[in-house]
Amino acid sequence: MIAAIAARGLTRILPGPVPTVLVEEIDLDFAPGSFTAITGPSGSGKSSLLYLLGLLDRPSAGEVLVEGAPTAELDDDTRGDLRLERFGFVFQFHFLLPEFTVLDNVILPMRELGQLSAAAMRARGEALLASLDMAELARKLPGQLSGGQRQRTAIARALANDPRFILADEPTGALDTRNGRAVFAILRRLAEEGRTVIVVTHDETLAALTDRRVQLIDGRLAVDAPVQDR
Amino acid sequence: MPLALDIARAHLLGRRRQSLVAVLGVTLGVAFFIAMSAMMHGFQNYFRTQIVDSNPHIMITDEIRRPARQPLALLHPEAAVAVTRVLPRDPVRGIANAGAILDALGRMAGLAAAPTLRGQLILRRAGRDYAVAALGIDPVREARVTQLAGNLVAGSLDALTRQSNGVILGRALAVKMGAGLGDTITGVATTGASAALRVVGLFSTGIETQDLGQVYLQLAREQALENRPLVVNEIDIRLDDITRSVAMAKEIEGRFGFKAAPWEETYSRILAVFLLQNIIMTTVTGAILVVAGFGIFNVISTVVLEKARDIAIMRSIGLSRRVIVRIFVIEGALVGSVGTMLGWLVAMAMAAGIARIPAPGATDPNETMRVAQSVDLYVVASLIAMAAAIGAAWLPARRAARTDPLAVIRGAT
Ligand SMILES: Nc1ncnc2c1ncn2[C@@H]1O[C@H](COP(=O)(O)OP(=O)(O)OP(=O)(O)O)[C@@H](O)[C@H]1O
Ligand SMILES: [Mg+2]
Repeated sequence: MIAAIAARGLTRILPGPVPTVLVEEIDLDFAPGSFTAITGPSGSGKSSLLYLLGLLDRPSAGEVLVEGAPTAELDDDTRGDLRLERFGFVFQFHFLLPEFTVLDNVILPMRELGQLSAAAMRARGEALLASLDMAELARKLPGQLSGGQRQRTAIARALANDPRFILADEPTGALDTRNGRAVFAILRRLAEEGRTVIVVTHDETLAALTDRRVQLIDGRLAVDAPVQDR
Repeated sequence: MPLALDIARAHLLGRRRQSLVAVLGVTLGVAFFIAMSAMMHGFQNYFRTQIVDSNPHIMITDEIRRPARQPLALLHPEAAVAVTRVLPRDPVRGIANAGAILDALGRMAGLAAAPTLRGQLILRRAGRDYAVAALGIDPVREARVTQLAGNLVAGSLDALTRQSNGVILGRALAVKMGAGLGDTITGVATTGASAALRVVGLFSTGIETQDLGQVYLQLAREQALENRPLVVNEIDIRLDDITRSVAMAKEIEGRFGFKAAPWEETYSRILAVFLLQNIIMTTVTGAILVVAGFGIFNVISTVVLEKARDIAIMRSIGLSRRVIVRIFVIEGALVGSVGTMLGWLVAMAMAAGIARIPAPGATDPNETMRVAQSVDLYVVASLIAMAAAIGAAWLPARRAARTDPLAVIRGAT
């Protein structure tokens, strides 16, 4: 089977007087519908790897294959289009537009993609929010939400264009344990729907809720093992 | 609503006060640009119509600007002959063959011509002397060329035609002399010749030097007083189409040899002053619009800094640099267009206000400042304002599009 996302000799070095190695020689395949946690100590390169896998950053060496297709030659606009259509991102910070309602934040990627009518976008946005128990909050502004609600809004936005890949960087970092577990439950559901989910976390108990644990140490792959006790 | 417009609107509404200041800057610039230009154009148009209406469009005077063709050149018409340092013949005072010129002019289409002989005259009345300029005119032709007929407040040009020793005085002079229609005044010319003149008309131009210092006689009477029969020293021409004045003057001068000056030449200094005024005014009010551009630059730069996270997430979601630029350029355009439209309203109000101010120094107290608001002015002001607004937005917009979204996302986590 072709991997949904694959890293081949992936290396990212920040140039400078003293070059910084962010990640080095990473080879990884992510199967469609898989649910993977990337763990490791702080500064080990988890976020850096995720940005590379999500086509947000360009590697210094090696490459990222998306559904078998190389991405190195693509220009910024094409990579942007690819992210818009196939990737959903969730970060530790919610990055919601403060002037827009929850619903408007969720449908923003749909508007940029421009494939649905305005009414269809709203309907889809509301359905997404409902599936995350956020139906009543659609008209609220992000400033009126709790941290968990904001993060769920960000997840709904990540799902706006029905992406095949969900990439999350410490999505539970600002949440308490209960909300953190809820987010992971949502991510699991998304994986079960067939989406490829990659989540960065430094929390080993949450990582244990996934199917596969990839651990980085100093930018190198240290552990790559299925999660056993499930 | 398109996404970029929606976001732009949200950004501006999020910074209401700063946006309002930027809008008002544009409003002020546009309003002043339009109102000041309208006022100046109003004045200039008024002045120009005054000139055009009350002066001959072309004036032929007894000067010769080009020397005559020299015999050597006439002898060898095909040869390359250059005779240098030739001065025009000493001016014979007066246009000698005026009759022939008038006949020729009479056959040209689109113009009317009237001859004048100017001389000095002392008017005697009740033991007092009044020195005036005497203009010998052909009343019939004069009526077709100058405003004299319209300026008459008593009597008529016809009366001057009938009365060979008639005189038309300025009303102010008549009052000063204590003379009225039908009275007789003695006129003495510099030649010593004198004549008993009968007042057949009174005029008023509102220009004091004319009303007090100028009188009209029959051309033949003036020629007799000056002892210069058949001579005139000026032919005034009025055109049907004023825009042809320069070309026609050139043609006439080429044909008859005498200096023929279009009104633009006679008033070239005033027209040059107008041009300078317009340049200065446009620069100054344009500067207001540039300052308004700073206001826009200010608000959009602030928004760009403040919205770094929003820009970063939009870029990572997949919105292109172009969309980011578009958002902020739209913000500039919104500020610019709202400001411009408010500026129109303020300009209209200002123009209406200016049009009610009594004109300083006007003889008629009901006379107010002239305002010429043309659509052109509104269009030009709007174009400058929009260019300034979009230009001012463009710089921060480009910076916003260039910033690396990853740097922001890294920093926020
Ligand atoms: N822009 C940068 N300039 C210099 N060093 C950087 C930059 N970005 C990342 N680094 C360094 O690269 C290394 C990897 O950073 P990265 O953010 O990928 O780590 P991480 O595993 O996500 O850490 P954390 O768990 O704290 O989020 C770190 O040592 C970090 O200090
Ligand atoms: Mg990180």
